[in-house]
Amino acid sequence: MDFLNITDWSLLALNSPGWGGALLWGAVKTVQIALGGYIIGQIIGVCGAMGKVYGPPWLKELLAIYTTLIRAVPELILILILFYAGTAALNTLAAKIGMGPIDVNGALAGVLVISTVQGAYSTEVIRAAIQSIPSGCHEAAAAYGMSKWTTFKRVTLPLLVPRALPGMSNLWVIATKETALLSVVGFSELALVAKQAAGSTKYYMTFFLAACAIYLTITLISRVFFNQVEARFSRGMVKHK
Amino acid sequence: MADRKVAVQLTGLRKRFGDLEVLKGVSLTAHSGDVIAIIGGSGSGKSTLLRCINFLETPTAGEVRLHGELVAMKPDGEGGFRAADPAQLNRLRARLGMVFQSFNLWPHRTVLENVIEAPVHVLGQNRDAAIANAERLLDRVGLLAKRDVYPEMLSGGQKQRAAIARALAVDPHAMLFDEPTSALDPELVGEVLSVIADLAREGRTMILVTHEMQFARNVASEIIFLRNGLIEEQGKPSDVFDNPKSEALRAFLAPKY
Ligand SMILES: Nc1ncnc2c1ncn2[C@@H]1O[C@H](COP(=O)(O)OP(=O)(O)OP(=O)(O)O)[C@@H](O)[C@H]1O
Ligand SMILES: [Mg+2]
Repeated sequence: MDFLNITDWSLLALNSPGWGGALLWGAVKTVQIALGGYIIGQIIGVCGAMGKVYGPPWLKELLAIYTTLIRAVPELILILILFYAGTAALNTLAAKIGMGPIDVNGALAGVLVISTVQGAYSTEVIRAAIQSIPSGCHEAAAAYGMSKWTTFKRVTLPLLVPRALPGMSNLWVIATKETALLSVVGFSELALVAKQAAGSTKYYMTFFLAACAIYLTITLISRVFFNQVEARFSRGMVKHK
Repeated sequence: MADRKVAVQLTGLRKRFGDLEVLKGVSLTAHSGDVIAIIGGSGSGKSTLLRCINFLETPTAGEVRLHGELVAMKPDGEGGFRAADPAQLNRLRARLGMVFQSFNLWPHRTVLENVIEAPVHVLGQNRDAAIANAERLLDRVGLLAKRDVYPEMLSGGQKQRAAIARALAVDPHAMLFDEPTSALDPELVGEVLSVIADLAREGRTMILVTHEMQFARNVASEIIFLRNGLIEEQGKPSDVFDNPKSEALRAFLAPKY
């Protein structure tokens, strides 16, 4: 096991001078930002999908522009636009009303960008899920006199969830990794901490592999969670293994 | 027989899809206990007519009365009509048991749950009473053993029998069947037709679209031959089948091979 000697394991110790604690703190930040962006993104997704399927024509157009545009532009550029252009705009505004420069919070910008991006993808995931519900299910609901709300609660929603969950769990995994892009605006999440640790110790492999291991752990834990949710909500669906 | 209640009454019913006028003024009355079989060629408007009864399609003109009550309509702003009062429509719909060609069971609910869904969540019945009633109905269509199974696990004939139990569970003023056996393998047709024939014998009010002529002749009290969106011929099965008046009906009934 020679390759184990290429590193000094004490570098990963939790306390200084070890970087373990800093890495874990970065991981916590990563999960926080991802979770915030993901949850807001899914809320945008539910509303966006409803608008796309049931909304008036102008709303459908507007949402089509949103999903197309956001999905076309690289997220890195969105982050840069939102962070720098956002900061500049805020400061111009602040100067106009006679205030000093404002420090735009990297975490806030991160959550905003991730939720905007997630919202666009989630709108499509949920729209596709709604539209894949066999029309006969809604026809039967109408024929038996269900009101709109009862139909949504008793038919649309329970059929929608199992169809949307695989796509939504995928979006969560993407959200955790999108947070790494925030390192470009100096937000100290897992990737940036790993880079700093690597830079100052020169043990590049050690820290990047440690970061990979942490991302992998987050993904694996999430998978167990989503598998359970999917099993819980897939009543009556035939399992295609 | 004049004092029998009117379950379904259509007056001057028209339906157009864009430029295509599918129904061009159809009137018919189903008194309680009637079994009306609608026959006709493909595209003649049979399904559309049936779906106009419970407003799965909204008629373009004409009147629909269900259980004596006129379904209120109002202009939809695009030259057509829609139901004016959703609550009234849903109340009237809830007492029409519809059976679809492709079953349309709710896949996320077991057979029993499918049957009690409308009684509990639309009619507001007590759940235990609804279950007891559903078990009785499932027993009647021979599906009690499948009560806790999801529709996906049933054969076509079983699905359709479950759908019939679902329709019976709302204690319908009238049952609407749209080609209930057309999606079934030939060997499964019999089990479904025998359940429907049983219900007809028991005096259920039914309007059914079917291509099974022998079956229509045996169970129907009245045959309606639809052609190009109009009723071309109408009458007792023996009259319609044995003495077709129009050339079109004769051609329709003639053996195709
Ligand atoms: N939603 C719709 N939009 C446009 N056209 C429709 C629609 N539904 C039915 N049609 C047309 O109306 C005509 C009558 O259709 P309908 O389904 O009522 O016929 P049918 O007599 O039930 O035929 P089949 O025996 O094949 O089931 C057809 O020409 C069909 O293409
Ligand atoms: Mg049809």
